[in-house]
Amino acid sequence: MHTDDSLVIGGKRLQSRLFTGTGKFGREDVIPAIAEASGSQVITVALRRVDLGGRGGNILDHIPPHMQLLPNTSGARTADEAVRIARLARASGAGDWIKIEIISDARNLLPDGYATARATEVLAKEGFVVLPYMNPDLYVARDLVNAGAAAVMPLGAPIGSNRGLQTREMIRILIEEIDLPIVVDAGIGAPSQACEAMEMGAAACLVNTAIATAADPVRMAAAFGRAVAAGRDAWLAGLGRVLTEGGAASSPQEGTFTGFLDE
Amino acid sequence: MDSSNKVNITVNGQQMQSAAAHLAALIAELGLTENKLAVECNGVIIAPDSFQSQPVTDGDVIELIRFVGGG
Repeated sequence: MHTDDSLVIGGKRLQSRLFTGTGKFGREDVIPAIAEASGSQVITVALRRVDLGGRGGNILDHIPPHMQLLPNTSGARTADEAVRIARLARASGAGDWIKIEIISDARNLLPDGYATARATEVLAKEGFVVLPYMNPDLYVARDLVNAGAAAVMPLGAPIGSNRGLQTREMIRILIEEIDLPIVVDAGIGAPSQACEAMEMGAAACLVNTAIATAADPVRMAAAFGRAVAAGRDAWLAGLGRVLTEGGAASSPQEGTFTGFLDE
Repeated sequence: MDSSNKVNITVNGQQMQSAAAHLAALIAELGLTENKLAVECNGVIIAPDSFQSQPVTDGDVIELIRFVGGG
């Protein structure tokens, strides 16, 4: 019997360490199947103007009510814009959680760590559960801790790229040095990559594009759910040592009868 | 219709005329039934329980925001 390995963020106890996104899905009505297949309990959404022409449904209609909404501040280029979006999200009744995403780099969509730390401080003081999206930098992470973030969310590779854990060494350093849950967010392109992040000791992974762009998104969501759980178990189980050179036989040296190994 | 009953406002960047007396009426006038609508009036966030009391006046700049898919 294993002790409880739930992840606690902002006072909420989570059984699943896979957070999922809702962007890039051709059909929003696939989202309930994605949620069920993945086991995810935290789901991101964005805020945009209502289409006065009446096109476009409401994403919230498709999100299972038991899931924790994690609105993002996408569209924000500055700390002030992120704070504005966060306050709007909360005022609408979407809850206290907010993913701070402050980007003024149109090509690689890299987040502005300085602005993110400023927005984190303002919003944490206002009682938000702040999950800031960041480029893995130790000093930015320390500022986020001091600013009152509930977790730190470093990217593996640029948003939407599916290029995997390009920043793995830096993520590893954050996991070692930062005393907050590390949620790898952005760039994870395959379940094996999410598994690797969990094996390194990440607290959770946030995956959107890899599921949305898969040929079979529901099946991929299930694969990601298992991969995150497997990686977490591997971390808890303690990976075996890696020999830097040579090998060590797995079958005994004694008692061979083929004469082949007699010296 | 007597156009003096209408005010000139900007909603989501679009200029329009409205006969709504308050935000709730404007939302209905626009045919919106959004789940969890976020509203700003002249840069100030208006909570849903104030939609009926927040007046719509000439020159108002209003943002009607909703949730969409995102990562």
